[in-house]
Amino acid sequence: MLWRVEVSGKDGAADPGIKKDIEDLGIKSVDSVEAVQVYIIEGDIGQQEIRRISAELLADPVTQRYTAGRGPASGRDKSAKHAVVEVTYNAGVMDPVEESVRKGILDLGIGGVETVKTAKKYIISGKAAEKDLKTISEKLLFNKVIQHVVSGHDSYTSKNPPKYDFKLVTVKMLNASGKELERISREGQLFLDLAEMRRIKEYFTRLGRNPTDIELETLAQTWSEHCAHKTFRGMVDYEAGGKKRRIKNLLKETVMKATAELNKPWCVSVFKDNSGVIRFDEENNICFKVETHNHPSAIEPYGGANTGLGGVIRDPLGTGLGAKPILNTDIFCFGEPDYPFSRLPKGALHPKRVMKGVVAGVRDYGNKMGIPTVNGAVLFDNRYIGNPLVYCGNVGIMPKDKSFKEVESGDLAVVVGGRTGRDGIHGATFSSGELTSESEQVSAQAVQIGNPIEEKKMADCILKARDLGLYDAITDCGAGGLSSAVGEMGEKTGARIDLSKVPIKYGGLTYTEIWISEAQERMVLSVPKSKVKKLLEVFEAEDVEATVIGEFTKTKKLELFYGGEKVCELGMDFLHGGNPKEVRKAKWKAPKFAEPKFACPKDLTPSLLGLLSNWDICSKEWIIRQYDHEVQAGSAVKPLVGVCNDGPSDAAVAIPVLGSKRGVVISNGINPRYGDIDPYWMAASNIDEALRQITAVGGELKEVAILDNFCWGDTDQPPQLGSLVRASLGCYDAAKAFSTPFISGKDSLHNEYIVGSRRVSIPGTLLISAISVTEDVTKCVTMDLKEAGNLIYIVGTTFDEMGGSHYYGLNGVTGNSVPVVDLKRARAVMEKLSAAIRSGLVSACHDCSEGGIGVAAAEMAFAGGLGAEISLSDVPFRNRYAARGAKRSDGVLFSESNTRFIAEVRKDNREAFEKAMKGAVIGMIGRVIDHKDFVIYGLDGKVAVRSDIDELKEAWQGPLKW
Amino acid sequence: MVAVKGRPKVLVLRAAGTNCDVETAFAFEHAGASAEQVHINRLVSGEKKLRDYHILAVPGGFTYGDDVASGKVLANELKYKLAADLEKFIGAGKLIIGICNGFQVLVKAGLLPGKGEGGEQLEATLTTNDTARYEDRWVYLRMAKSPNMESQNRCVWTRGLDELIYIPAAHGEGKFVPKDAAVLGKLWANGQVVFRYVDPHGKLAGFPWNPNGSVDNIAGICDITGRIFGLMPHPERHLFSTQHPRWTRGEAQREGDGVRIFRNGVKSV
Repeated sequence: MLWRVEVSGKDGAADPGIKKDIEDLGIKSVDSVEAVQVYIIEGDIGQQEIRRISAELLADPVTQRYTAGRGPASGRDKSAKHAVVEVTYNAGVMDPVEESVRKGILDLGIGGVETVKTAKKYIISGKAAEKDLKTISEKLLFNKVIQHVVSGHDSYTSKNPPKYDFKLVTVKMLNASGKELERISREGQLFLDLAEMRRIKEYFTRLGRNPTDIELETLAQTWSEHCAHKTFRGMVDYEAGGKKRRIKNLLKETVMKATAELNKPWCVSVFKDNSGVIRFDEENNICFKVETHNHPSAIEPYGGANTGLGGVIRDPLGTGLGAKPILNTDIFCFGEPDYPFSRLPKGALHPKRVMKGVVAGVRDYGNKMGIPTVNGAVLFDNRYIGNPLVYCGNVGIMPKDKSFKEVESGDLAVVVGGRTGRDGIHGATFSSGELTSESEQVSAQAVQIGNPIEEKKMADCILKARDLGLYDAITDCGAGGLSSAVGEMGEKTGARIDLSKVPIKYGGLTYTEIWISEAQERMVLSVPKSKVKKLLEVFEAEDVEATVIGEFTKTKKLELFYGGEKVCELGMDFLHGGNPKEVRKAKWKAPKFAEPKFACPKDLTPSLLGLLSNWDICSKEWIIRQYDHEVQAGSAVKPLVGVCNDGPSDAAVAIPVLGSKRGVVISNGINPRYGDIDPYWMAASNIDEALRQITAVGGELKEVAILDNFCWGDTDQPPQLGSLVRASLGCYDAAKAFSTPFISGKDSLHNEYIVGSRRVSIPGTLLISAISVTEDVTKCVTMDLKEAGNLIYIVGTTFDEMGGSHYYGLNGVTGNSVPVVDLKRARAVMEKLSAAIRSGLVSACHDCSEGGIGVAAAEMAFAGGLGAEISLSDVPFRNRYAARGAKRSDGVLFSESNTRFIAEVRKDNREAFEKAMKGAVIGMIGRVIDHKDFVIYGLDGKVAVRSDIDELKEAWQGPLKW
Repeated sequence: MVAVKGRPKVLVLRAAGTNCDVETAFAFEHAGASAEQVHINRLVSGEKKLRDYHILAVPGGFTYGDDVASGKVLANELKYKLAADLEKFIGAGKLIIGICNGFQVLVKAGLLPGKGEGGEQLEATLTTNDTARYEDRWVYLRMAKSPNMESQNRCVWTRGLDELIYIPAAHGEGKFVPKDAAVLGKLWANGQVVFRYVDPHGKLAGFPWNPNGSVDNIAGICDITGRIFGLMPHPERHLFSTQHPRWTRGEAQREGDGVRIFRNGVKSV
């Protein structure tokens, strides 16, 4: 018997959110949209039961009403007054609600239910034309990658679960020509190039047999850019300024080299495990990892970002013997939200929809896992339209003695967590290629759907099992699924796995699909036989599946079976070391941009207001408040600070061990605009910016570790690879100069988008994330002005460095005078300031970055609810690029020179502060006033900016007041 | 009131998706109790007994993903699988607190507002915020005074608290809605309204001070005995000064406003 239950608000709950989005589409003909929750319940149940299920489980007695009827047909259908669109998940897409409803029905004591499906019915009132309805459905109500509009009843009538009859598939390649090898790679979505295919052919020729499909897939996964980082670990011939040099291993000769040479005793485990580990206190270590999930987010923003965060949370969880996730950081790059629909490239989702989806995806995963999202950034550039960037990071804490792992031969391989389905097939290889307007068709399966509660359950059990010492090693199923997890864990031992033992979501999966599926919320443990019984009990006690699927051997081979049938036998050496080491060409040539020709405006007020309303600079409160940034009760410096809790704080500070004063400080630096001019100085500026934020809150610089995340275009193009090399060199030099080791990193290459015949590449985008430990969080300060009468200082020299600045952007130019970093002095300046702050000499401090002194001072003023007067002629300034005499008020006010801060100092601390800063360049540039005026005097002593903090704040909050 | 030797025992309930159990247990320990995090399966299986504890705390989180409706699935589990044990527990004069998702659970299980003086079931719910989105923001709560009662509300958890307290709220479905005017009237008459959202001056106000649009700005209620208490905001997130959003402005007390609530609970067993 098939039942349909519809639940809706008693007062016809119209959804204001959807209506707003519809208006954003430029469709005004819709009066209201009502969303009705639909449950299709099939099984051996009668009228009585379905009534109880509806009344006692599905509908809220106070606010909702329900209708329950036989058959799948919709209760209310099309009429003149309204149109009806009903959306449900595609077959095979996991819908967590189904599971909860099934449980809820059992709790009612009702058995006999076979299947539960859910759907959303939208009743759209108004005079929307057919084509508008189509637009609304496709752009807002569903995403064809995971959902479809119900037409007829077939989508609900249950079909018998498909059966899978084992059939070994081999791929004929022993006699294949180069062309055929390329075809095999292309048609199999293997993304293996000819050299790699040839290497594979040689290997199997030696074995005297053709490979099986699963052997090819395994090699494709393991050798994919995503997993093997061929570019970063490969050889590069680098040419710059007429000089040529051979780089044997880009990563080892730049990023990792800095770490090795700095050789910090507090670095516990770097570039080995799933995240980088540093010392926290006597008992604990902390680990940090940042990942990207760009391509899935381009196609399905919610699911892509959702699983992006879910995936990176499993990195600390899979580090050592497992760390407890304690906070998240998220950085996004989108096209501009007001980009005209008419100009959207084919196959691309609108930036506003991408942004809303990504934010919701991160929100739901982070909040439901109970991990505070405390830090982040959002940047906008229309080159990201077809290829948004979604960086998700997570920090974990673990006992010192749980920080290392070692797989033992003879251990059992146990998969825990969610079941395996068809979701996320080919994710790793897919993310290693470029996006096209067909991506959403051909790679639909690469999109994964998250279930944060499954991961939370799994995490709870893992940490319990860890503390009971029930396993030797753990890793997560990320890109490549079991293929990469088991492949990595068994690299030194060998592994024998029976794929028929892996729990699956539904029938019909082939052995290969099971092996490479990237279904979420799964991890693999290496468990001593003597402890497996206890381990399985720990997971069963909290309804988490844990299944023995094989064991780790001594054979140094990867052996896969399906029941009795062997389907794969590969040497671990070939799997992990067999891929051809190619030499890539890289060429760096500094671009030349036009220099601006405009005169300095007399009144800079409009420029300041314009900058505050800039997409990059404006308030992100709309996003921040949707994240629970206080769960776990550790937040000490929150993302929003100031008299109204709405000012933009610098680094975030959190206390992981309740009752202690020891804190973790988290920050990030990202400036793609500088990279357009020179990736070397972008890298240095990013590191400077990340450290500035830590300094500004009074964080300590003794033990700061950093992470690199490179998102680049197609690095098979020598200029693209050239800029990547140049950025890496900047990373090395700056990390050495600041004495901050890299402990982990990630690269996502091929971030480009094909429109017709045109390739659109993202700007080479480097994210630097920084983590520091500070002994006593009560010594921290926030950026909001505290008290009228206090003095305002600038710390650091301002240069004529406007290249890539937001002020130039506002005037439609890029320029060439990119901000550089004084690598010799920068750290010393920060150390002095950080010490001065911690000894209580500074009332407020803010990092001077996007929008320069003007924006920083304005933010401090309205965050503190106090006015300010500032004189630009007191700002220490020097020319770096221009000849003398090029000093202008707008240059001083909006230059984005590095290593600068604005500090608020009480009069009675003046001497002590200046003494503490001795040796650093500082200037007393103004004072805090007790009314709302915000006035800046130009170099000529005349008023250059006259505004008040309400006007400034409004300009800053306006753009993202959604 | 039950006689207790030593530290009262608190059962902090866990289920799939509970995520404020650690800080809630910490808050009770901080207030002088001994707290234990117990998974619902262990109560259902009988491995753990509710009767061995003096306080039941249902912490925040997203139990079962808040699928169907927030707190609903766990509420039904309590209602249909632990009904007898709960009845005995309550009958023995023991205490229950539900915070955020825990409040949603207690309301949807019918434990709050619970039965009125005449034994009739008072119905209410917690539903989607008027903003239609999840929000994390600090809120000012004022102790509710029942119009026709000289005394404070009946809640044993909030005795002697300051008129105005400041703690964070973080939820998407926190709008308190009683079934009808009659229920609302009884809640007031019985002194079951405990906390109301107000502005910094203690005056009733709309969004953002009332973050979800709750009827009569109601943030927390108790049952007729005053021993079962639920609220949307998170007292366990304000135990220390450094948790206050403006401690760097010198606005925080040495002890956070949340501590007293847990101490009252511990004292009242």
